[in-house]
Amino acid sequence: MASNEEILAGLAEIVNEETGLAPEAVELEKSFTDDLDIDSISMMTIVVNAEEKFDVKIPDEEVKNLKTVGDAVNFIAGAQA
Amino acid sequence: MARKVVITGLGATTPIGGDVPTLWKNALKGVSGVHTLTDEWVEKYDIPVHFAAKVSNLASETLSRVEAKRMDPSTQFAVVAAREAWKDSGLEEVDHDRLAVAFATGIGGVWTLLDAWDTLREKGPRRVLPMTVPMLMPNGPAAAVSLDLGARAGAHTPVSACASGTEAMHIALELIRSGKADVVVAGGAEAAIHPLPMAAFAAMQALSKRNDSPETASRPYDLDRDGFVMGEGAGALVLEAEEHALARGARIYGELAGTSVTADAYHITAPDPEGLGATRALKAALFDARAQAEDVVHVNAHATSTPVGDRPESIALRAALGDHVDNVCVSATKSQMGHLLGASGAVESVLTVLAVYHRLAPVTINLEHQDPSIELDVVTGTPRELPEGQVLALNNSFGFGGHNAVVAIRSTGPKVEMV
Repeated sequence: MASNEEILAGLAEIVNEETGLAPEAVELEKSFTDDLDIDSISMMTIVVNAEEKFDVKIPDEEVKNLKTVGDAVNFIAGAQA
Repeated sequence: MARKVVITGLGATTPIGGDVPTLWKNALKGVSGVHTLTDEWVEKYDIPVHFAAKVSNLASETLSRVEAKRMDPSTQFAVVAAREAWKDSGLEEVDHDRLAVAFATGIGGVWTLLDAWDTLREKGPRRVLPMTVPMLMPNGPAAAVSLDLGARAGAHTPVSACASGTEAMHIALELIRSGKADVVVAGGAEAAIHPLPMAAFAAMQALSKRNDSPETASRPYDLDRDGFVMGEGAGALVLEAEEHALARGARIYGELAGTSVTADAYHITAPDPEGLGATRALKAALFDARAQAEDVVHVNAHATSTPVGDRPESIALRAALGDHVDNVCVSATKSQMGHLLGASGAVESVLTVLAVYHRLAPVTINLEHQDPSIELDVVTGTPRELPEGQVLALNNSFGFGGHNAVVAIRSTGPKVEMV
């Protein structure tokens, strides 16, 4: 079980790997599309990598609800429980 | 009178140079880019051919990690070469609606396709990368170059096996002559040194099996030639309407004077033994260039080093040029860098343009005992000086499927000394 801080750090690593964005730029209130400029294909790659890293399932229909980094952290934390 | 088309930019990433200056220097010197493969897959799959000609410089030296991970290696090579050609052209302000791309590949994103197949079988569909389709599609290199340069007058992908890169020049010429574009970035890219294509080309007995001496394996016209050597890389040329280039005071390497494409309709892989399709292509390219056989001083031959391929091309050259062929010096640059398949015509066009610009024909290596049935004056040892006046050179490319493509490059000024 990862803490919310660990999930955020792990997500930041995945986002950096996919997009080259500095990990510090990946903050809870940031929107994936509007702030981080992540397109739908990159988002799917990030989701699949997060599934593997945190050993959770993120259903495709759930992805559209993950608007901010915080949404993703909360979903992953909940899915781990 | 059709618009004249000139060449104003060159780019390449090849087994004997990661950029055009290095490629040209090594093509004149006569070095081999063919080496024993150290990849674990050679032994793992018991691939019968243990060598190939990989690019001398990795694409990661030019592209960022994030750029590279969204591109198949073939597309990475295309973007590296196109960026060099664009920079070399000096073009900055350009009407992007009048800028087109014609970028070829013979095989396309074979690494991406087969990596994704491995992922599907080992990890399931969820792990197949969402970028798989845009990375494997054969128009990937053309699309990436279009995106990179903002080329909006169309992005074309000729696919005609090993004639693809030369056919891209043909399409580019037509785009500019017809007025559909003013500037075209033309080229070809290939990245197929993967166990499957290696096994498949070996299965059809097309590859040299000279495992004990890779550097001497690519030996066009030699009696002991036993097949081609797989190469990889990309070449790119910026082609421009003459008035567009003159208006901006561009450095002009030469004129893309004429091109042609024909089909053998003879056999799916074997060339017509009499070289009839190639002869028609050579004659058509000269006609298109408003040139005579006597104008030709140099040919960059297709010459892959296969037992069956090299001779028909020599027959075709004699048929198309007549006895004047005895005055033409021929370079077989695949002897140095192997066969870059869909990229070969583009890289060899770059070399042909430089040969005309500097009046110097690059060397053919590994020619120890010339096949007596091939009556050509082949450049070996040291580069050959071409005549000072106006000259015309040809680049031939032929592909499985019976595709023949020829480009004719004409000098636009006096010899330019190398710096």
